[in-house]
Amino acid sequence: MGFPHHSHPRETTVLTKYFGENEARTLDGWKKRGGYKALEKALGMQPADIVNVVKESGLRGRGGAGFPTGVKWSFMKPGDGKPHYLCCNADESEPGTFKDRELMRWTPHAVVEGCAIGAYAIGAETAYVYIRGEFTEPLHWMELAVKEAYAAGILGKNAMGSGKRIDVHVHKGAGAYICGEETALMESLEGRRGNPRIKPPFPAVSGVFGMPTTINNVETLAATAPILLNGADWYKKMCLSNPKSTGTKLFSVCGNVVRPGTYEVVMGFPFKEFLYDLCGGPLHGRKFKAVIPGGASVPIQTMEEAEATLMDYEGFVAGGSMLGSGGVIVIDDAQPMVTVIARLARFFAHESCGQCTQCREGTAWTTKILERIRDGEGTIEDLDTLLDIGEQMTGKTICVLSDSCAVPVISGIKKFRGEFEALIQGRRFHPVTAAVA
Amino acid sequence: MAESKMVNLTIEGRPVSVAEGTTILEAAKTAGVLIPHYCYHPGLPIAGVCRMCLVEVEKAPKLAPSCATTVAEGQVVHVYSDKSLDARKGVLEMLLINHPLDCPICDQSGECELQDYTYQEGREDSRYREPKRFNPAEDFGGDVIYVPNRCILCTRCVRFMDDVAHDPALNVSERGDRALIGKFEGKDLTHPWAANVVDLCPVGALLSKDFLNKARAWELDRTASICPNCTQGCNVIMETRENQLVRMRPRPNENVNAFFMCDWGRLNYRWMNEKNRVEQPMVRGKNGLAPTSWEAAISAAARALGGKKAFVAASPMLSNESLFLLTQVMDGGAGAFRVTEGDEAPLPGVDDLALRRERAANVYGAEALGFKKTKDLLGGLGQGDVLVVAGEDLAGIDASAVSRASEVIVIGSVLPEAAAKASIVLPIANFSEEEGTVTNLRGRVQRFTQARQAPGETRPSWLVLGDLLGAMGRQSNFFLPSEVFAKLASAHKSFAGLSYDALGFKGLPVVDAPPTRPKGPIAVGAA
Amino acid sequence: MIPDLVGGLESPDYASHDRAAHEPYVAVFTGDRKRELDELLTRYPRKMAALLPALWIVQREHGWVSEEGMAEVAGLLDLTPAYVKGVVTFYTMYHQHPVGKYFIQVCTTSPCGICGAEDVVKAFLRHTNTGELGVTSPDGRFTVIEVECLGACGFATPVMVNEEFIESMTPDKVPELLAKLA
Repeated sequence: MGFPHHSHPRETTVLTKYFGENEARTLDGWKKRGGYKALEKALGMQPADIVNVVKESGLRGRGGAGFPTGVKWSFMKPGDGKPHYLCCNADESEPGTFKDRELMRWTPHAVVEGCAIGAYAIGAETAYVYIRGEFTEPLHWMELAVKEAYAAGILGKNAMGSGKRIDVHVHKGAGAYICGEETALMESLEGRRGNPRIKPPFPAVSGVFGMPTTINNVETLAATAPILLNGADWYKKMCLSNPKSTGTKLFSVCGNVVRPGTYEVVMGFPFKEFLYDLCGGPLHGRKFKAVIPGGASVPIQTMEEAEATLMDYEGFVAGGSMLGSGGVIVIDDAQPMVTVIARLARFFAHESCGQCTQCREGTAWTTKILERIRDGEGTIEDLDTLLDIGEQMTGKTICVLSDSCAVPVISGIKKFRGEFEALIQGRRFHPVTAAVA
Repeated sequence: MAESKMVNLTIEGRPVSVAEGTTILEAAKTAGVLIPHYCYHPGLPIAGVCRMCLVEVEKAPKLAPSCATTVAEGQVVHVYSDKSLDARKGVLEMLLINHPLDCPICDQSGECELQDYTYQEGREDSRYREPKRFNPAEDFGGDVIYVPNRCILCTRCVRFMDDVAHDPALNVSERGDRALIGKFEGKDLTHPWAANVVDLCPVGALLSKDFLNKARAWELDRTASICPNCTQGCNVIMETRENQLVRMRPRPNENVNAFFMCDWGRLNYRWMNEKNRVEQPMVRGKNGLAPTSWEAAISAAARALGGKKAFVAASPMLSNESLFLLTQVMDGGAGAFRVTEGDEAPLPGVDDLALRRERAANVYGAEALGFKKTKDLLGGLGQGDVLVVAGEDLAGIDASAVSRASEVIVIGSVLPEAAAKASIVLPIANFSEEEGTVTNLRGRVQRFTQARQAPGETRPSWLVLGDLLGAMGRQSNFFLPSEVFAKLASAHKSFAGLSYDALGFKGLPVVDAPPTRPKGPIAVGAA
Repeated sequence: MIPDLVGGLESPDYASHDRAAHEPYVAVFTGDRKRELDELLTRYPRKMAALLPALWIVQREHGWVSEEGMAEVAGLLDLTPAYVKGVVTFYTMYHQHPVGKYFIQVCTTSPCGICGAEDVVKAFLRHTNTGELGVTSPDGRFTVIEVECLGACGFATPVMVNEEFIESMTPDKVPELLAKLA
């Protein structure tokens, strides 16, 4: 549902159905809504069968990369004699993204259930839910849910009487965007600085504590329960466009839009209708100018691009961007693009772990140039320099934070060059539309 | 032991065959191609953070960090393609945007990898127009100063302290472009091997206090040698300026010291610059010791020794060659030596590497050649013996202990106080002024070479002893220390089969050397 | 505890624990808190993994993480203080200095920035008398900082007061909020 608004009739609510219902946060309330039936079913299945169902469903990672979840799970070799771990990535920090926050706030048991299913499927006895430190309220509900689940015997050494041990622990981060990167999260979980690791080795070979590990996004894990209950076919059929993108997807919408919130639609939903109907369109007297559709790390779309986009992994790529984390940032014509992009660059400069040269120096340098242009001190050469720095920051570092900083800068300059040039030539930014009365 | 599988690839057009699991960077070295890099160091776990070693691998979607990418069959690697050069140029520009560019006052200048690669591959100018970040220099304790403005965050120092010294006293503090190397207030770099971080630092960020402002890198003369300060026998480079030893740094030897040396050994070089030297041969006459010619002094010594029992008090700093010749001189007499001791200080990340308890270069050699290790140096001196003091300063020994000797011959760089009554003084070069071999505690024979000019008429000890033997009527005709060593090798079973050529500059074990574990690649934390 | 502002959670009142830098350090991990740490250690196969949680406990008890706090944690987890400091300085949420009784974080990253977050910051600075970001007000009650994305972008502008999360803050609601914090 379009939380905090009422559900829109064109939404398909699978994971967001109970948002806003206080009772759904408790174990009793969750069980009343069919909770933990999927886990019960899962514990009666062979792990490999669960992996197959998830594979068959077409579920892909909801954190940003879009890797097929079942395939990822199948990398975990059963019977290798090593402890396996599941990490639930609840370090949702991508600007524009707040869907996992709502999942944990309103349906914490859905997340716990998803973790338990995932852990069992990959042969792990322990799942860690790494929640960013700023999410104090989601953390509270998750801790409560875990406690309730232990008390009810759902978790622990004999999970739901299955004889299987499943532990779920909530781990609180301490303020670092980069810990949403999977190997940085593992480093952080181990008690280190959140520096991403060089890959290979990949987590399925050597992850947290050096053991085979699978890491999944909150939404991904939460989606496994309805898939197990309703079957792979049911999930696979939820598809409006490309068959490689199945199921429902949560989009968190923010920025200059009438109804910001968390929406759930079937993959392939038309982005134009999403923005204008579900989200209510632009604020009174304004026009949309640009959209960043998948969190701050994806290319900026012009409205022409956005309005022609279908909302799935392939559709956003065709529309000149990426689905990313599903964090839709809507920018209207009252916003100077240079300011928006400069502020994004500052975010990445602040959040760079500082390991790789291009990222450590490049994010900060980019920010300084953009802020200088914003303040009317820029030169035309600065634009070339920015594009070149962006090129140096792309595809050359351990993780993609560096690329993520370059993406809005490069796409911003390419698509909104006029605004940069105007500032450089000494013209102040004037909103196209007069301020609303 | 199973032969490791070989992998064939092409690097810069050159075919290379290396063991499976080798990194591209190491494979390139075997092809004679040095891929520029900063964070990679063969003695440390791989970090892969400086991104300087990016190379183009055909068919790979992205440039590969060659330090962290293992070779694959049929790979074609381009180190100097436009794409790789452009990436490295980019890294170099980024490393310099906040760098103070203060080479004229930087100790590292001339041996700085940032300087070298920038000259080699960097941009001529910088496009950076913004204010530079500034952090004040910090005394890290021990011998180390940190200049954060020059730091490129390669983390070699942090990894050394973590994974080799096993004393995580350094950290990376803060993050992003605010990041810098830090330590904890009140916890200094007191680890006995900490100064290695200065050598490891590829730029001028970590500096030695001892060497600070002493010399520019290009003013130094460098000599391959052995650290004489304990029985480990770390391979070193002795660096001199104007004939003064100003710095000792480790020289890699995977069988002895990997890439490292301890702080004590490193900083204990001033004695080799000793000033109170005897510079001329002297023979005692009516008016006491008087300078004379070498020929006269050598003949006097030969006469003094003729038909008498000799007792040699030798220094364990003397080379195998000199000690061997001394055994010929004493011929039936006895020889003894003593060695100063201190606490052992291992470097835990490297097998069998430590600052050893016995603080002299050639304890093993002296013992192997029949010198008795004793605390009472002159205990074996018989009444009426001729005492030969060879390289020993007789510190702490009373002159009365010497009086048992019928005559005292000093073969040394200084005239010991206790031997002030010596009748003959033959001035010799000290450890830094001559060539020879020493044998470390694991029986490894290693060559050291001459780093400094000896003062005055001083001669190398092996030459003096050779001449002395000749004057005593023995067959002895040595023009080079290698000839002495060849004689030693033929005369002594431990040294059998060894020669200067075979020893090279990494040494070889004596025949009956105690077994050692091969050091190989250093066993530090998994990459 | 600070008053329950939005029907959310109560959060620790830092100032009541605050220890000025010159006061002697009181060890955190004794009694219940040692037991709390021991329980945490059972969750991980390696001691070091309890580092972030342990630092959170120090901050909860003292209001900030002093060097002594780092040293105490280091001792308990077999780490060196330098290592712990490297970790502390990586994460933005550990205070390395005492902060005001109410630590106010205003999200100003682009999604909030385009919804007027800068004005919310200005309102906080004005009404708290702090005047400047990161500076504690003369009465020691407030410290205001800009923070990067709080992950509640649809509720611009989100603000955190200590551990409490307040959504949809606007400049005109600032005085009302501050009044509640009296």
